[in-house]
Amino acid sequence: MNIVVNGTSNIVNEEISLKQFIEKHCPNPERVIAEVNEHIVKRADWDRQLLKENDKLELITFVGGG
Amino acid sequence: MDNKKSENLIIAGKNFSSRFLLGTGKFGNKNDLALAIKASNAEIVTVALRRIDLQRHEENILEYIPPDVTLLVNTSGARNATEAVRIARIAREAGYGTWIKVEVINDSKYLMPDNEETIKAVDILTREGFVTLPYIYPDLYAARKLVAVGAPSVMPLGSLIGTNKGLKTKEFIRILIEEIEVPVIVDAGLGAPSHAAEAMEMGADAVLVNTAVATAGNPVLMAKAFAQAVEAGRNAFLSALPVQQDSTQARASSPLTGFLYQ
Repeated sequence: MNIVVNGTSNIVNEEISLKQFIEKHCPNPERVIAEVNEHIVKRADWDRQLLKENDKLELITFVGGG
Repeated sequence: MDNKKSENLIIAGKNFSSRFLLGTGKFGNKNDLALAIKASNAEIVTVALRRIDLQRHEENILEYIPPDVTLLVNTSGARNATEAVRIARIAREAGYGTWIKVEVINDSKYLMPDNEETIKAVDILTREGFVTLPYIYPDLYAARKLVAVGAPSVMPLGSLIGTNKGLKTKEFIRILIEEIEVPVIVDAGLGAPSHAAEAMEMGADAVLVNTAVATAGNPVLMAKAFAQAVEAGRNAFLSALPVQQDSTQARASSPLTGFLYQ
């Protein structure tokens, strides 16, 4: 299935939870903030959130800024 | 006591002994950031939110910021009120952001803040319990509206972001200082400690600096220099600067009655 992550299409073959996806792709999952289809998903709910075809994920973190 | 002359900077009931706010962008070496915060005694620092780059390992900026420092999450990247509100909510979800520097910019050339959208965002965010520090073009009406919708501070720009040109908007910031009761924090464009001192001498409540520190040859020492300038400027304001003379004629500070020739 196709999942759009931070604006880029990703093909995911297996059924996967948001938690599994983040742990697989982000080097520091503990500082990731996740939105699915413009709704924030709380960290505690990551494992219950299964990714679906055409889901739009935003994976966000803190960076330096003025 | 007149809030403008209080010893501490007070924003939304929280006391800060430092009147120097530091931005965390553009530091070539993140260790310099940690040392700059320490050297300047900054108690409020700004950070931003960005999409994670899945292709490369990114450093965690928060590791370089002491836990007792108040994080001010900016809404940089927001082009309208809706996007600013969305960024603020994300920050809060992450467990950090109830203090938000509301920054709405829809102009990539001048990076000028959109005051109207900023007012809308502050209105919504205040009702959701956020502490908002709006970044604005120094306009009296906009500042009044922001205070009316709950902003506990306003942050007018000194000059365009990243230009280091200093207090180009000085006379307009002066009006805000005179008319707006909440703290006025001069943000953007301050390029030298003397600019910060100038802002503080005329009664600004605090300044925020990023580029001038982060891109200095020695960012740690520059952070300290800015903090010292802020303190000097503050003390000058509190002691009421003497009146500048228009005349080109000098006025002696020592008695001129000559005793040598008597």
